[in-house]
Amino acid sequence: MIRFILSKLLYLVPTFIGITIIAFGFVRILPGDPVLLMAGERGISPERHAELSAQLGFDRPIWEQYFDFLGRLFQGDLGNSLVTKKPVLDEFLTLFPATVELGLVAILLATLIGVPVGVLAAIKRGSWFDQVSMTAALVGFSMPIFWWGLLLIIFFSGVLGWTPVSGRISLLYFFPDVTGFMLIDSLLSGQKGAFASALSHLILPSVVLATIPLAVIARQTRSAMLEVMGEDYVRTARAKGMSQARVVGVHALRNAMIPVITTIGLQIGVLMAGAILTESIFSWPGIGKWMIDSIARRDYPVVQSGLLLIAGLVMVVNLLVDLTYGLINPRIRHK
Amino acid sequence: MALLEIRNLTVRFETSAGAFTAVDGVDVSVDGREVLAIVGESGSGKSVSMLAVMGLLPDTATVTADAMIYDGRDLLAMPVAERQKLIGREITMIFQEPIASLNPSFTVGFQIEEVLRFNMGMDRKAARRRAIELFDAVGIPEPQTKLDAYPHQMSGGQCQRVMIAMAIASNPRLLIADEPTTALDVTIQKQILDLLMDLQERHGMALILITHDMGVVAETADRVIVQYKGRKMEEADVLNLFENPQHAYTRALLSALPENATGDRLSTVADFMAAEAIQ
Amino acid sequence: MTQPVANQPTARLSDAAIRRQMLAEFWFYFRQNRGAVIGMWVFLALVFIAIFAQVIAPHDPTQQYRDALLVPPVWQEGGRAEFLLGTDAVGRDMLSRLIYGAQFSLFIGIVVVAIALIGGIFVGLLAGFFGGWVDTVIMRVMDVILAFPSLLLALVLVAVLGPGLINAMIAIAIVYQPHFARLTRAAVMGEKEREYVTAARVAGAGKLRLMFKTILPNCLAPLIVQATLSFSSAVLDAAALGFLGMGAQPPASEWGTMLAEAREFILRAWWVVTLPGLAILISVLAINLMGDGLRDALDPKLKRS
Repeated sequence: MIRFILSKLLYLVPTFIGITIIAFGFVRILPGDPVLLMAGERGISPERHAELSAQLGFDRPIWEQYFDFLGRLFQGDLGNSLVTKKPVLDEFLTLFPATVELGLVAILLATLIGVPVGVLAAIKRGSWFDQVSMTAALVGFSMPIFWWGLLLIIFFSGVLGWTPVSGRISLLYFFPDVTGFMLIDSLLSGQKGAFASALSHLILPSVVLATIPLAVIARQTRSAMLEVMGEDYVRTARAKGMSQARVVGVHALRNAMIPVITTIGLQIGVLMAGAILTESIFSWPGIGKWMIDSIARRDYPVVQSGLLLIAGLVMVVNLLVDLTYGLINPRIRHK
Repeated sequence: MALLEIRNLTVRFETSAGAFTAVDGVDVSVDGREVLAIVGESGSGKSVSMLAVMGLLPDTATVTADAMIYDGRDLLAMPVAERQKLIGREITMIFQEPIASLNPSFTVGFQIEEVLRFNMGMDRKAARRRAIELFDAVGIPEPQTKLDAYPHQMSGGQCQRVMIAMAIASNPRLLIADEPTTALDVTIQKQILDLLMDLQERHGMALILITHDMGVVAETADRVIVQYKGRKMEEADVLNLFENPQHAYTRALLSALPENATGDRLSTVADFMAAEAIQ
Repeated sequence: MTQPVANQPTARLSDAAIRRQMLAEFWFYFRQNRGAVIGMWVFLALVFIAIFAQVIAPHDPTQQYRDALLVPPVWQEGGRAEFLLGTDAVGRDMLSRLIYGAQFSLFIGIVVVAIALIGGIFVGLLAGFFGGWVDTVIMRVMDVILAFPSLLLALVLVAVLGPGLINAMIAIAIVYQPHFARLTRAAVMGEKEREYVTAARVAGAGKLRLMFKTILPNCLAPLIVQATLSFSSAVLDAAALGFLGMGAQPPASEWGTMLAEAREFILRAWWVVTLPGLAILISVLAINLMGDGLRDALDPKLKRS
């Protein structure tokens, strides 16, 4: 098992180097002067230009700049935002919990609904439930979620007036950041109505973000269950006189979950892409919105480091998924 | 009186290419303490008829029979819940591919203790003790440690022993063995057969042995049913069958045995089919 | 049990006959999937609409009718017969814009898939056929691209290249291309050691010829399925980029861009928001339905599930 982990870790090193090269390189591959590009249409004075060039190290050879970039990276220095002047890492860490909270709730929703639906569709194959749920899953899979979010806003906020349109919590409430998770912090604050407010702000964005993963998980669970239900060991479980619930819920499900868990893990990348759209629709103050705003503002240090951090994050999550896969699959665990 | 008596069993499958009859009007009966062999090549419907008894066929299969009487009660007429109580307790089954027949995600101990707990009502401790005894009885060395092994960590022969241990765990009155040695090494085949025969005798249970191997039949069976393309060709005492086969197909099967080889080449069942086509 | 086979290959057949038979078999399986057939008809309708947009559309999609701002659809109070699906905030006919939008979506899908497919096949063939360090380097680069969330990477690429439809398509194609490369490589690895390739090599076929003429046609099925999937994702992602202001630029009647322009009216004029999204959903759904049918019909291994 330890060798399994080490080999996985080793495999990541070149990928991580590749990620740093891309993140480092994307500003450099711009045609023309990067400093001018950052300045955008406003233009820039020659003094400021020289100052910025030196500050960003553009006057030195490219490989020297790259190793400098790597060196600073390992010291946790990801540069400063051109707009706010604050360290990129600090901004990232402030906004990150909002995205994690949204993403976690979304993936939880998707899993808690998607897995049972997939299992039920598989064991009732061909039934109306199977047909309806799989049609719905395909619609969900095909959904332009930015539009879906707008529709939900029209209906639940516009027509019914049930949910707020944007943000994480009503401005009426103010309490210190403890965990960064609004749901938990609002409870800790003990303020009446704070939790309900946080929850009502979270519902629509998390539903929107959960839509595609939910569809993927339900479809994958169904097909994994169908495959497993045809295996010899499921027949054995039946031959042993085990109840249908035990055959499906223990013998089949345990094996079907192995590919499903991989699928759930792979949704993290999908979630990050979805977060960009969802956060932008609901003005959710997370890293998705941060990235979009920074791209629009040409805040290249933020885009560069944000790209690096997000890709690194996805990589780590994928590693964890691989390891979980090893943990739940005895055939790998005992190699 | 027979322990299990099936009259006029027919199994049809609905496929996208139309209906397909796998078993066509077959009668089977087996007495308590008897060893019945059902012989035929693959596709002869011999496994399907026994899976029908166990209720293990997929939804695409339609099972009809004039009667399927176990111990005086009709399996097809009784409520599902009642039949469920017989399957895995009084009637058990083992299969051709022992490794694939065990769940790869659970230890073999979990899989046998499950039978003891749910079918025999034992608690965890009692189930553990009994599982060790059973592993011992089927000849698994170091049963205590082997209980914690996963199927992929064991050989095919050992997995089949585990399957057998699970199948006798509830002291069944009828054990159905579907090609139990086909997937195993030749040297292991004999051991597994000996084990099955030994257990059959000691527990006094009936054994239905499905095989395509006339050699296995000669060594084990009291009585033989020969099946071909879903139909019963012949039924006889094992001695009668070998000495005086009635049906051309049976003769073909017998002549395919290596010890009956004449000339420089083994005759195959295909020869029989070719001969039949000429007639 | 016995696997039902539509057509048993019997005697020796000419290439054309084999191809016809394969097509017939494919159609036999594809037709059994009702959703796939529906998807195909919807897709064909979209193609028709895109090609004949000029004839079908009642108005010029960029013509602004100053006297008809935010006119609701015809069945709603205040609707006008000349604007069946109403008008947008600057008085352009929604129906005509939606019709012309089909051109964008299909164009985006075709271009993205073409670039990603050709690039991916080329790279995958190289990696799979030569193996060794060529393979290692190429596949590592693919891994790196796949490590980024696709939309984010596309966004950043567009930021580098400059917003616009062409750049958006290039960016999306670059992001999708590793999937094709991986598939091709895996197929080549699998096929490389098969007898017919060895036979071709013994017969003196050159490497290039071997790659393109012998191996490639035998790994088409998974590529076709991936191409359909990418087509629908490309339509979605391009619309998303448009929505974020990084794709097609106004006044283009690209559906995602239309949505972006309509955002501020979401609580006032439902039709400017609802209709473009519905158009995106229907096209993507139709393509995905078709993709499911293609996968089932082309990949016998998946047929049972």
